[in-house]
Amino acid sequence: MSSSKLTRRGLIKTSAIAAGAGLALPTYLRADGHSGFTNAPTGDTVTLGFNVPQSGPYAEEGADELRAYELAVEHLNGGGDGGMMNTFSSKALQGNGIMGKKVEYVTGDTQTKSDAARASAKSMIEKDGAVMITGGSSSGVAVAVQALCQEAGVIFMAGLTHSNDTTGKDKKANGFRHFFNSYMSGAALAPILSANYGNDRKAYHLTADYNWGYTTEEAVRTSTEALGWETVAAVKTPLTQTDFSSYIAPVLQSGADVLVLNHYGGNMVNSLTNAVQFGLRDKQVNGKNFEIIVPLYSRLMAKGAGANVKGIFGSTNWHWSLQDEGSKAFVKSFGTKYGFPPSQAAHTCYVQALLYADAVERGGSFNPCAVGEALKDFQFDGMGNGPTLYRGEDHQCFKDVLVVKGKENPESEFDLLEIVEVTPAAQVTYDASIFGGDLGECNPGA
Amino acid sequence: MDAILLQILNGLDKGSAYALIALGLTLIFGTLGVVNFAHGALFMIGAFCAVTLSRILTLSHQVVDETRKDFLGNPLQVDVPYVYDWFGEAGGSAIIDWAVPLSILFAIPIMLLIGIIMERGLIRHFYKRPHADQILVTFGLAIVLQEVIKYYYGANPIPTPAPAAFTGSFDFGAALGFDPNTIIYPYWRIIYFAFAALIIGAVFAFLQFTTYGMVVRAGMADRETVQLLGIDIDKRFTMMFGIAAAVAGLAGVMYTPINSPNYHMGMDFLVLSFVVVVVGGMGSLPGAVLAGFLLGILESFASMKEVLELLPGINQIIIYLVAIIILLTRPRGLMGRKGVMEE
Repeated sequence: MSSSKLTRRGLIKTSAIAAGAGLALPTYLRADGHSGFTNAPTGDTVTLGFNVPQSGPYAEEGADELRAYELAVEHLNGGGDGGMMNTFSSKALQGNGIMGKKVEYVTGDTQTKSDAARASAKSMIEKDGAVMITGGSSSGVAVAVQALCQEAGVIFMAGLTHSNDTTGKDKKANGFRHFFNSYMSGAALAPILSANYGNDRKAYHLTADYNWGYTTEEAVRTSTEALGWETVAAVKTPLTQTDFSSYIAPVLQSGADVLVLNHYGGNMVNSLTNAVQFGLRDKQVNGKNFEIIVPLYSRLMAKGAGANVKGIFGSTNWHWSLQDEGSKAFVKSFGTKYGFPPSQAAHTCYVQALLYADAVERGGSFNPCAVGEALKDFQFDGMGNGPTLYRGEDHQCFKDVLVVKGKENPESEFDLLEIVEVTPAAQVTYDASIFGGDLGECNPGA
Repeated sequence: MDAILLQILNGLDKGSAYALIALGLTLIFGTLGVVNFAHGALFMIGAFCAVTLSRILTLSHQVVDETRKDFLGNPLQVDVPYVYDWFGEAGGSAIIDWAVPLSILFAIPIMLLIGIIMERGLIRHFYKRPHADQILVTFGLAIVLQEVIKYYYGANPIPTPAPAAFTGSFDFGAALGFDPNTIIYPYWRIIYFAFAALIIGAVFAFLQFTTYGMVVRAGMADRETVQLLGIDIDKRFTMMFGIAAAVAGLAGVMYTPINSPNYHMGMDFLVLSFVVVVVGGMGSLPGAVLAGFLLGILESFASMKEVLELLPGINQIIIYLVAIIILLTRPRGLMGRKGVMEE
């Protein structure tokens, strides 16, 4: 038998703990933190949270993402030339904010670290009342922030994230991705590789030792092996590696005649630079020219590799040289404001901001479940990648994918990649079930 | 056999960078007794000396080319470097092409000055403070320096290629009688190794064969006695700090064609260089050089596919594993002196 005695000290201690716990409880879990859903806008403004890398290795991409978001806010509020709002097939946006509320924004620094990104997103939701979180330049960050937004009951519009997992095994009902993924890169690249390098090749993969690297290697291996290529080796390289010479030097000894660099960012710049230094591209193996492939290109990163990118194939989500009306409008808007063309990271972030605003208008509410419903299976055009579908089963956009090649004779510091193929969306579409995962239920936070 | 030779070669250039940084760290520790966590930042600043000179040499004026369009459809503004105007296109492009080797001359006075300012302005105030304080202040300084570089140069790597004459690679395999293409090695990495050997030799010769160096060595052994002889040893130690900074800076300059420099590159080398210093033996200059090359080569072997298949992940821990084994068997490191960091 147990007995409990309530003492004065015990009461004070218990009260203090209870009060502390109450204060520590996230705003979005407290009854007074929402009105039907998390951070329902009550005044004449609505706050969006832009969570981008402002420090760390992807700070340049983060800065470009932020520029794009600022441009999107300007356009949503009726400023500037309207950019892609003029070419967007949906005409729900009127340039008067979102549902008549002026768009304001707060920013967070993901530092390209999952914990830091979650902390900054949490702060924007709890302290600043952000009704939607968007941005990022890493799949690890996207998956972490997406899970937080699901928990918190806000929409997450992913920025640059290329891993299959973001809308695969880690997908969430509150998360949406416009950017393409590893599978699509593999599917888009394979026919071009076949046409240029043939079907009898031996590939050696160097793969960044983290989630994105694995899914990219798997996607490229699957699609190239289907062509008849043989994978002679796949070596994991630490994410912190800066000098890849010890990984590259044995490539020729392996009998491989193609090197696939499943690397991004600084890893890509360094591994590609090292591979070119070692003269791999000047060699003949198995009676063929040795070739290098970079499955995911970023213009900002390609700049870091300089002339080493010349003639090397890869894929990208979007490029400023596209000549459709949407891309031209965006490049004009962005270029006039900032003096240089936007990156693919800027493009996807700008589009995501507009798509969110449009979904709110069409859904008639900021409630994440209404927004989600409006985005599900939404088909649109005029945003730079041709007709696009936001698939309801996994919240992944399906659109044309670009296969690009490092330009041999660039005319400016921005003119590094040339588009060699616009792969139609149908060719990169897959069954949503192949990557597993479960969207779960939409969480409005109420 | 050819695979082993290849990894030894790979380890030599990586080991060269470790050895040069560790040499500077040991010089500073041996003379001033300071654990300098800002040394990696000096390596990074050296690399950015090359970037800066490269930008100076490519300073341009713009000429409108009506026949070409920019990304907005306006007539293209073509950058024409001033050196083209002064030396002709062939002469100007040759000067720009040789920016990295020319940066050696540019970096030496800058790095000496930075080293001296750093020592006189900040670090001397921490001589009598505990090592933990020195680590904190120098680590803080390293962060400040890298953020300053990031502010002015951005976060992305900046390509800084070697002169065209040194691009490409040498086929050691064919030269040594193995199959062609089995042991290839870039010309610039061979130059880097030779340059590191030259710098290391010069530092040792300076300390061993000059009066100045002899006094410095005497000061390292018994500072008080040297001061009692009326020699201003502090001034010489300050100069040694400047020389250590210049060595790190030159290592950075020559490293730029190997990997495009970025603001974080110093931190990437710093921790490993400290492990090199500890393995070599605190305060031992030959130990730092020996450990630099040894760990560089071991790191290369650990990255071999065959080794990784046998011991997955070994490439990420090999240096620390070897450090543990050496410190367990030889607590003072490979060539450590009795009494250093033991009080």
